[in-house]
Amino acid sequence: MKVSLFITCVSDIVFADVGKNTVELLERLGCEVDFPAAQTCCGQPAYNSGYLEEAKKAMKQMMKAFKDSEYVVGPSGSCVGMLREYPEIFKGDPEWEEAAIDLANKTYEVTQFIVDVLGVTDVGSTFKGRVTYHPSCHMTRILGVKDAPTKLLKNIEGVDFVELPVKEDCCGFGGTFAVKNPEISQEMVKEKSRHVSETEAEYLVGGDMGCLMNIGGRMRREGKNVKVMHITEILNTHGKEQGGEIA
Amino acid sequence: MSIKISEKPYKERIGQGIENDFMRQAVSSAQGRFRTGRLTQAEELGNWEDWRQLGSEIRSHTLENIDYYLYQLSEQVEKRGGNVFFAQTAEEANEYIENVVKKKNAKKVVKTKSMVTEEIGLNETLEKIGAEVVESDLGEWILQLDEDPPSHIVTPALHKNRQQIRDTFQEKKGYNKSDTPEELAAFAREQLRQDFLTADVGITGCNFAIAESGSVTLVTNEGNAEMVTSLPDTQISVMGMERLVPTWEDMEVLVSLLTRSAVGQKLTSYITTLTGTRLEEEVDGPDDYHLVIVDNGRSKILGTEFQSALHCIRCAACINVCPVYRHVGGHAYNSIYPGPIGAVLTPLLDGYEDHKELPYASSLCAACTEACPVKIPLHEQLIRHREIIVEEEKKSPVSEKIMMKGFAQWASNPAAYKLSTKVARTALKPWTKDEYIENGPGPLKGWTDVRDFPAPGKQSFRTWWNNRQKGGEA
Repeated sequence: MKVSLFITCVSDIVFADVGKNTVELLERLGCEVDFPAAQTCCGQPAYNSGYLEEAKKAMKQMMKAFKDSEYVVGPSGSCVGMLREYPEIFKGDPEWEEAAIDLANKTYEVTQFIVDVLGVTDVGSTFKGRVTYHPSCHMTRILGVKDAPTKLLKNIEGVDFVELPVKEDCCGFGGTFAVKNPEISQEMVKEKSRHVSETEAEYLVGGDMGCLMNIGGRMRREGKNVKVMHITEILNTHGKEQGGEIA
Repeated sequence: MSIKISEKPYKERIGQGIENDFMRQAVSSAQGRFRTGRLTQAEELGNWEDWRQLGSEIRSHTLENIDYYLYQLSEQVEKRGGNVFFAQTAEEANEYIENVVKKKNAKKVVKTKSMVTEEIGLNETLEKIGAEVVESDLGEWILQLDEDPPSHIVTPALHKNRQQIRDTFQEKKGYNKSDTPEELAAFAREQLRQDFLTADVGITGCNFAIAESGSVTLVTNEGNAEMVTSLPDTQISVMGMERLVPTWEDMEVLVSLLTRSAVGQKLTSYITTLTGTRLEEEVDGPDDYHLVIVDNGRSKILGTEFQSALHCIRCAACINVCPVYRHVGGHAYNSIYPGPIGAVLTPLLDGYEDHKELPYASSLCAACTEACPVKIPLHEQLIRHREIIVEEEKKSPVSEKIMMKGFAQWASNPAAYKLSTKVARTALKPWTKDEYIENGPGPLKGWTDVRDFPAPGKQSFRTWWNNRQKGGEA
């Protein structure tokens, strides 16, 4: 199966390992992965801030970049959720509507793709440790992916999975929200960090680097010894040493 | 009072909310109770998504045909001996009610809880002409004694604890007992009973007006609505023009959604309906009945992208799941309508000028949209507000505009984008220590005040990818 990686700008620039793990994981599951180099950002920072025209410029670039792809798979529920909203945004636009529908229909978040398209719920990895999972708001509520990540996580051999209290609560990232309303965002991330501590987990796993760098950044500041991992990293521990970034 | 409750600037209000530990604890535990209650009740009812769909269809059908149903409602009320007044503005509504009260030569008015009368500032209007106005909902009564605005649309005194309530009773009413809920409530009952017996006019809000029979439905837990509506022989109901349903059957669906979504109850203790005056063959009912239907900016929302905000049945489910509300409290919104629905409705009813920050007071986590029993896409409407603030109102900061123009150029130009992936690490180097930024510049400052920011990795993803394609080290 041919898959185009949608790296997301955050992982492209800051978290290259997320991209590497996604590529290796998909290849191990039998996919042929390519990387359309003309991709940039999904447009969400501008779209969510009310800059529709600016957002559309980014979105058009993404539609061009993935024009020939069969499947587009990305390691972020939030960015994939944004691509899925293109048809609504370009509704009635004679030039772009069709491309928007095409891209939305073939784009998947990586765990969603593995479970729903590849039909795999056990990727055959092993990982030892106490693990909790933060289900990002956009992954669950915008994209509607609720079960795929935890299904895959719980099937990793050796994982001691523990539920995060009030897991559905936002961590306070919210993209530009963290910049525009830092006072409120701070209180939200402090609360999330407390909830992570309550689980006594050694690892916090999530499907969106935005949320993870927020929670991880807070826990590092608090001096907490919890390792933060993107879900593709833990799923890709097959035959590798256990990784994880100390937060 | 009007929609706005203070003149304090946004950041000051937010700061005060965050520093108010007691309030935050009270809100947090109330949210926990309401949220669990709502989910338990929804599950017990079964097919919750179908119920939401039905509720949303009833609301949107009503709004699509609002002219028809308002006409039917007014015909039915008049047929049953009542008077109907359509008020385009708050002033018109107040003037009409003032005249009714004056004509009765009324000294005392008792009220049930009503957000729309808060919105139009009815109490102040009536007090100005010398009438004594008594709020009979316990939460509203406490706030009235304390001259404090509501911080929640269902439980208005959520931000107060019982010690504070005891102090208020002592100071304003000479109370001399303990701060136990039982004694406090018994005292309120005793005091309010006198008011019910001596009131000349009863004023009620309206949860749902029923067009087919001209009835007004009130959903309460304390029984105060029974007293307000059965003792004074002059009754006035005040409703927002959108608060109606076509039939009793529709009312039942929406009440089922309302009580579960609001407080996690199958049904409240009382569901009261009022239908016109006492007719000749009837034994019960007021001699004089007035229904005041308030527009006050609502009709301007009809036919716009915000129309579904008028679906709102004031259950506060969105408020009860909102993490922003949890940390800043209701008063920080500077509107009698706080939380996500408040952030959507307030700028629509009261303009952007005083409320331009509200649509940004959300991380767009969409918990509100998920909780709404009548399917208002609240987080999407907040984005629509932001678009209007940027494009029509031109109220966004210049620095942000420049940044977004830059964003568009960067994200639509693969070469520029690619270059940035290469230089990001170097650009942030002066602030980087051990692969983290602990004291960031510019927009990063708010972030690094309380958390660390990871430095861009040594190698961007695409550099790794290109090397790998060339057969280099993966």
